[in-house]
Amino acid sequence: MRYIVSTRFDAETLANIPDHRGHFGHYGGRFVSETLMSSLLELEQHYEKLRIDPKFQEEFDADLADYVGRPSPLYFAERLTRQVGGAKIYLKREDLNHTGAHKVNNTIGQALLAKYLGKPRIIAETGAGQHGVATATVAARLGLKCVVYMGEEDVHRQSLNVYRMKLLGAEVRPVTSGTKTLKDAMNEALRDWVTYVDDTFYIIGTVAGPHPYPKLVREFQSIIGREARLQCMEKEGRLPDALVACVGGGSNAIGLFYPFIADEQIKMYGVEAGGLGLETGQHAAPLCAGRPGVLHGNRTYLMEDENGQISATHSISAGLDYPGVGPEHAWLKDIKRADYVSATDEEALRAFHTLTRVEGIMPALESSHAVAYAMKLAKTMDKDQIIIVNLSGRGDKDIHTVAKLDGIEF
Amino acid sequence: MSRIKQCLETLKANNKTALIPYVTAGDPAPQHTVDIMHALVESGADIIELGVPFSDPMADGPVIQLACERALEHGTSLRMVLGMVDEFRKTNTETPVVLMGYLNPVEAMGVHPFTEAAKAAGVDGVLIVDLPPEEADLAAPHLKGAGLDVIFLIAPTTTEDRIAAAAKFGSGYLYYVSLKGVTGSNALDIDDVEKHVSAIKSLTDMPVGVGFGIKDAATAKAVSAVSDGVIVGSALVNTIATNAENPEQMRAKVKELLSSMRAAMDE
Repeated sequence: MRYIVSTRFDAETLANIPDHRGHFGHYGGRFVSETLMSSLLELEQHYEKLRIDPKFQEEFDADLADYVGRPSPLYFAERLTRQVGGAKIYLKREDLNHTGAHKVNNTIGQALLAKYLGKPRIIAETGAGQHGVATATVAARLGLKCVVYMGEEDVHRQSLNVYRMKLLGAEVRPVTSGTKTLKDAMNEALRDWVTYVDDTFYIIGTVAGPHPYPKLVREFQSIIGREARLQCMEKEGRLPDALVACVGGGSNAIGLFYPFIADEQIKMYGVEAGGLGLETGQHAAPLCAGRPGVLHGNRTYLMEDENGQISATHSISAGLDYPGVGPEHAWLKDIKRADYVSATDEEALRAFHTLTRVEGIMPALESSHAVAYAMKLAKTMDKDQIIIVNLSGRGDKDIHTVAKLDGIEF
Repeated sequence: MSRIKQCLETLKANNKTALIPYVTAGDPAPQHTVDIMHALVESGADIIELGVPFSDPMADGPVIQLACERALEHGTSLRMVLGMVDEFRKTNTETPVVLMGYLNPVEAMGVHPFTEAAKAAGVDGVLIVDLPPEEADLAAPHLKGAGLDVIFLIAPTTTEDRIAAAAKFGSGYLYYVSLKGVTGSNALDIDDVEKHVSAIKSLTDMPVGVGFGIKDAATAKAVSAVSDGVIVGSALVNTIATNAENPEQMRAKVKELLSSMRAAMDE
């Protein structure tokens, strides 16, 4: 285990996280069956070339501007700030992106990689369906065949997104193995990839999985933090004091955090799904209450039993319902650069209603976890301090869930 | 000399190929496993690959996934699997046993405690599916240091330098995965297998076992002609699954399938 302590975040150190084996300190790596190895090495090789190819970058930037609608605004939530009383709360409006969440930043990037690699078929795993929709969307646009794996449980919970994917021309395959949720969808997508690797590109939706995925998803998502930095300077003439984002796999959080890692005075908070409460065991908070292990190709914090079997998780939001987390978050936790906390189902739900009523912005239940913690945090800070919350997605997809809790059936 | 090495050398001297059956420990229930292992030996098994069930067997197809689920329903843990090997060794000190599974249960127990317990139970080798040579720099030397063979997978897509790395870090034998895809996939191209096995053999002296796609006597015989070991997994696990309700019939059907393979290989 080699941790960087003294010159923790100089440019060279940051450029070497992850290292050439995909290790973030003790975490990350490429723990996969030999059958997947050559595809990962091929992907890494092409990606390392394309990421410095001006033509590729230009195309990516143009897509983000004209198709996704970037930059997304940094919005000062004035009424919420007043109501909470404390630090100024800004929302990074990823909910305003095309398809309604931050996920599309990454699918645009990876679909572009698929195009450059000449792969006519793309596959994806999805939990809440946001990544599935974002993948089906770019597949439709590029004329690629698209198969999305989704746990059978999630297919029922998120029927609206399932229909959206079908409208976009994707085939949604329900996964009935294991716990029938996101982790099982990822197993199934990996099985598909290993079988049809010659013509297939696997678009992983979060900063987890085997190297180089955590790195490339981070690079595609870090547009969020780069914009937020500039926007905060423009609006406030200075950088923020704290960043808050929800963490399932952790892609929206890394996207916001990464461009700020070197600024050690800026606090970073990742908010995990506390479910029914950490003490109940019914949650999806591996960083808060799990321990390190190996799943889906990388070493990271996991929710597992004493025998190393992966546990079933619980969260009100399907998008956070995952027993692992991106390895970079595991590293940031261990070196104490970021704090990982949790918000329960109930806290998230309250934040959902508060933001909807006070600001007229209906957040995704995933993002509501971040809002819930930000409201707590703001109270402990001074009025001239600044918090940026990543509002990673919009809540339309969750209306059925929320209504049901209110006793309303459509 | 390790029990695996000895076994493979003796077979080679007698011009025979190793028959290496795989079963998932704890499937259909833990009390059957040791009995099934003995039945495998009675039917001509030279080495047994004993699967350690894992909740997320991402390199396996539906047949072995379901076997893992059945075993886990009965709470089959890595410690229990080691107990089964210990029990098996009470009456069989000859047949090498290789544990095959995923890294997380091993790490949850701890690589060092696992190594000691495996050695004490009479395990001969370890094949960790999601531990390629690149990530094995800590675990492999430790396992080997304790006298356990570390077996690596080779895929049709594995490059020469990586075959060399697997041969360097590994011991016992190399497990050539004869098809793309997950375990239990279809259609085996024997000419292609032969080509790849001889390519591997040009790079290392280590014996090469071939798995994936061997489902009956005919495929076992064909693979036997071009390799040092015939590994049969999903076909056996399927036989166990379809006869799970009737243990005697299950034992008989397992023996029937494996004996037919043995006979065809020895013709």
